[in-house]
Amino acid sequence: MTIKMSAKNVNVFYGTKQAITDVSIDVDQDEVTAFIGPSGCGKSTFLRTLNRMNDTVASAKVTGDIRLDGEDIYAPSMDVVQLRARVGMVFQKPNPFPKSIFENVAYGPRIHGLAANKTDLAEVVEKSLKRAGLWEEVKDRLSESGTALSGGQQQRLCIARAIAVDPEVILMDEPCSALDPIATARIEELIHELKGRYAIVIVTHNMQQAARVSQRTAFFHLGTLVEYGNTSDIFTNPRQERTKDYITGRYG
Amino acid sequence: MSGLTLLFLIIGLGLIGWLSARVRAVSFRRQTSARFGSLPSHHATHVAMWTVLPAALFIAIWSFTSPALVTDLVLTNPAAQELPPKGFERAAVLSEARNLAEGRGYGAFHPLAETLAPAYAAAQSRYDWIGSAAALLLAFACGAWAYTRVRADYRARSKIERVVMLLLLAASLIAILTTVGIVASLLFESARFFRIVPITDFLFGTHWSPQVISAKDPGASLGAVPLFWGTFFIGAVIAMIVAIPFGLMSAIYLTQYAAPRVRRWMKPILEMLAGVPTVVYGYFAALTVAPAVRDFAVWIGVSWASSESALAAGLVMGVMIIPFVSSMADDSIAAVPASMRDGSLAMGATSSETIRKVVLPAALPGVVGGVLLAISRAIGETMIVVMAASGVATMTLNPFASATTVTKQIVDLLTGEAEFDSPKTLAAFALGLTLFIITLLLNIVALSVVKRYREAYD
Repeated sequence: MTIKMSAKNVNVFYGTKQAITDVSIDVDQDEVTAFIGPSGCGKSTFLRTLNRMNDTVASAKVTGDIRLDGEDIYAPSMDVVQLRARVGMVFQKPNPFPKSIFENVAYGPRIHGLAANKTDLAEVVEKSLKRAGLWEEVKDRLSESGTALSGGQQQRLCIARAIAVDPEVILMDEPCSALDPIATARIEELIHELKGRYAIVIVTHNMQQAARVSQRTAFFHLGTLVEYGNTSDIFTNPRQERTKDYITGRYG
Repeated sequence: MSGLTLLFLIIGLGLIGWLSARVRAVSFRRQTSARFGSLPSHHATHVAMWTVLPAALFIAIWSFTSPALVTDLVLTNPAAQELPPKGFERAAVLSEARNLAEGRGYGAFHPLAETLAPAYAAAQSRYDWIGSAAALLLAFACGAWAYTRVRADYRARSKIERVVMLLLLAASLIAILTTVGIVASLLFESARFFRIVPITDFLFGTHWSPQVISAKDPGASLGAVPLFWGTFFIGAVIAMIVAIPFGLMSAIYLTQYAAPRVRRWMKPILEMLAGVPTVVYGYFAALTVAPAVRDFAVWIGVSWASSESALAAGLVMGVMIIPFVSSMADDSIAAVPASMRDGSLAMGATSSETIRKVVLPAALPGVVGGVLLAISRAIGETMIVVMAASGVATMTLNPFASATTVTKQIVDLLTGEAEFDSPKTLAAFALGLTLFIITLLLNIVALSVVKRYREAYD
């Protein structure tokens, strides 16, 4: 197992309210890690510490130690712009920009100057859309607006957009919660395909989904990490009473 | 009977209706324990409404129609035969007689008015009595009718609902009807103007000097193009060069960068600027900015710069519009979903890249709509230009030259001592109508742009 990201003793505060208490997790390079837990348990909040998206919330404060390839991402020397290019993110609700499909995917390469010229850029866009499994559906209408696609296509466009800057880690915050079952299945398939190329962390409400797509599962409850281990162990043989209660549907 | 007495009598009748209906409705409740759709107070209000509202409506209509009836009656008086034929003088004599009859006049200018005054007074008191009696009768009849409906199963409650709805509808119609009235009067006076001056001379003529109007060809000196050019130059060009960048940037700062604490005091102050009376901006423009602009022009070598320059008026007007642009832009930027901003930030874009490449393009239709509304406000703005702009109509691209605007000219035309039906005065109405049509079109376009954009994110 190769550790891609490691978090130690992480606490998150919103103002005086503590949202995350003492969470330590290692994210593996070649596996999909799922965060599960009831609403408000802090799983999304914790996910957002991994690419410092909590910085955009004025009252949020993060303590503890989070490293990407051994490098402290909260160190003053860390460039947030670089960090977010390396740790991409896909959101709960598909959020394509009100631009063409091409421009949506080209957005990241453009701002980070990843393509030397137009042909380069077109190649990056094509490669990203292919990896996101969207190329065949949109190759003839790249200049149409990204917001005109269906919900599932929009979400794959957002994944393509994240892939386009060639990140090392992709964070997914409940990526299927706004999608129908068929679109959800398509995204889950995509996660399987992307596994190995990128370290993937997915927050999900849906325990079956966690069981289907992930190799490692972390169960959060009330801002603490209750249990973290191999997905098969968590679902068949949980060590903690609370985990067992949650996955058997006692609460959540 | 005076109007006030009549009003009190009708309200008194309403009160009596209210009380008696209430007493009657309460008695139903004593007889049975069944549930009622309407409470006693509903029955009471229903009767009171029927007593007061039809009578009030009648009085309103009567007060519009009775003056004509009174005049007709006065004209049957033998002395009225001596009145001059139709026209201004005849109306003057009649209005003088009316003033005398109402005890408002201080002696008559026309002797005829004095002889007609008693006839006027008699006719007026006669119609007053008729009107008052009819109103009271109506109040009583309608109230009595409503009282007979006070029964246990009568749904007074839902009737009240209907009346409330009608009252609210009437309230909202008043503003609309007023606008219609304004447009109608503008149209009427403008039509008179265009009978004297050909519409093409007015709309396309490039020479404006209402001080000297030749009787033979009044259109030659009433060409409005320089005025509309000046209005456009000051309101839509110079003012917007100030208002758009500063308004937009302040909106961006307030929505995207300002800490909540800063936003809490900064936004209200900015909005307070919108409440500064425009006449105060006018002082500022005329006394502070205009001399400064002139000095600046002289300093850079424009020795002939006007002290009533287009630049001074436009600059201050732009400052006045900043809060307006800022708050419109603020709204449309805030309407851009946060998820879109987060999406860009999560790609590693900085805040300013996110604003330039994602937030502003998404907010653009709303911002454009806001700017159009701001322009329509700027070109209708009067006080600043009355105080700071020049009265000389010129067609110039030079911001240091003097320029005038439509609104400034309207004020100048109407504050003169010309007769009311001279082409000079009537030109003010034609200008007003044209300005009204332009701002109306601008507003329609702006609102439709804003609306279409709002739908996109809802």
